[in-house]
Amino acid sequence: MPSASWMRILKGSGNWPKGPSGLLTKLRPLVFIAVLLVLWQTAASRQTVHVLPTPLETLAGMMDLARQGLLLKYAVASLFRVTWGFISAALLAIPIGLTIGWYRRAEMAINPLIQILRPISPLAWIPIAILWFGVGDIAAIFLIFITCFFPLLLAAINAVQGIPAVYLNAGRNFGLSPAAIIYRVLYPAVMPQLITGLRITLGVAWLVVVAAEMIAVSSGLGFLIIDARNAGNRYDLVVAGMVVIGVIGLLLDLLMRSLAGVKSLRWGVVTED
Amino acid sequence: MAFQRDGKITPVLNDLSLEVAQGEFLCIVGPSGCGKSTLLSAMAGFLSPSSGEIRIDGQVVTGPDPRRIFVFQERGVFPWLTVEGNIEFGLFALARAERQRRIAHYITMVGLAGFEKAYPSELSGGMKQRLEVARALAVNPDMLLLDEPFGALDSITRLTMRRELLRIWEAEGNTVVFVTHDIEEAVQLADRVVVLSDRPAKIQQIVKIDIPHPRDISSARYLELRNGIFEQLGLAHAI
Repeated sequence: MPSASWMRILKGSGNWPKGPSGLLTKLRPLVFIAVLLVLWQTAASRQTVHVLPTPLETLAGMMDLARQGLLLKYAVASLFRVTWGFISAALLAIPIGLTIGWYRRAEMAINPLIQILRPISPLAWIPIAILWFGVGDIAAIFLIFITCFFPLLLAAINAVQGIPAVYLNAGRNFGLSPAAIIYRVLYPAVMPQLITGLRITLGVAWLVVVAAEMIAVSSGLGFLIIDARNAGNRYDLVVAGMVVIGVIGLLLDLLMRSLAGVKSLRWGVVTED
Repeated sequence: MAFQRDGKITPVLNDLSLEVAQGEFLCIVGPSGCGKSTLLSAMAGFLSPSSGEIRIDGQVVTGPDPRRIFVFQERGVFPWLTVEGNIEFGLFALARAERQRRIAHYITMVGLAGFEKAYPSELSGGMKQRLEVARALAVNPDMLLLDEPFGALDSITRLTMRRELLRIWEAEGNTVVFVTHDIEEAVQLADRVVVLSDRPAKIQQIVKIDIPHPRDISSARYLELRNGIFEQLGLAHAI
């Protein structure tokens, strides 16, 4: 059929040469970053007033930190806080959210409270966290917990309410017990939306941990940045810390994406038809 | 049977009495929104009538039951399970060997052999519909309740699916209640066609289709029965 071959050409999977352009597409982001680094290096080394360290200075700063063992130590400290805050929030918020979403009346009763607590920036909780837990890991973990709890709660509530009635009816029709409906219909049905919620929330938690560490603790990548500035304007260390934060954030997101790539969990991502 | 919404009570089905024989293929047709699907949902036990009752073998229907399986449009298959997993869904009470036997049997019956490990998102609309029918048949139900099952399919697939359904029904001997808005479809498939009126739905007429399968859809008898139903619904034959 002529129409079919036209479609193939329009979709770009026809006889067009692919090899070199494919490689170029993969290299394009790297080339772009390299160009920016060169521009940054040239511009920053020409500056008369100190505005920004050069990429090479940043790299030297990073090596410096690594040599002192601080880079690994601070990255682990930040990841430790995010992990525990995120996991404890997920363990609590997801079951509660699923239950609230399941019972419409519970949702109507609790929703106003959630809507008031949700827009409060997690950073506003810092004084309370320090009051309750003192300066230290627990306060930072508590802040991450607060950061993750409300988004995950809402994601779980919405996920349950978004389950098409046909799935639940089909489950009941085949004679499943209420417990079996929960783990054979409800759980797989909410999975794609929950994974999206977890991924976005982990990203936000990583944003917040840096801010929290600037105030509430004396270790971690956030502390590294604020400390480098306070103790002698070491802006090379500041930018080095920023780069490390960015790279770890990217890796965390890739990790969550690979989780979303599991086929039996991912079904919702594939568009039907 | 009535629904309450925003404090207003909307009667959907009114003074409706209908008997379905065992092994019968019954079609229900009627104007859109008349309550065909409500009637079917009540038969399945998803809805309970506000007055009156539904009895199957003398027993009052109080909830859904695996002996009567409701087939939704192809939307009802579970997207997180493979073809095999979907068919296996209702077979949890059976031994492993029997489960495997039924899965293999019904996959072949509905022509999905080779797609055992495929997910519904990789199937066409017609294949998903056949998968849902296979999932329903696998639990060996007495009754199949089908709610406009072929409504979302293209016309060629729809014709194939009708033939398939008849073949399966003749082989398995289930009682089939089939809701459709397509009068042609009803006359092609059913032993009897129940014509419902506008809401609140009443039975306008029950038409016995006395043509043996396979049916010649250009025969005089077919056209006569079809046109009779068109007239019942107040539709002209010419457009």
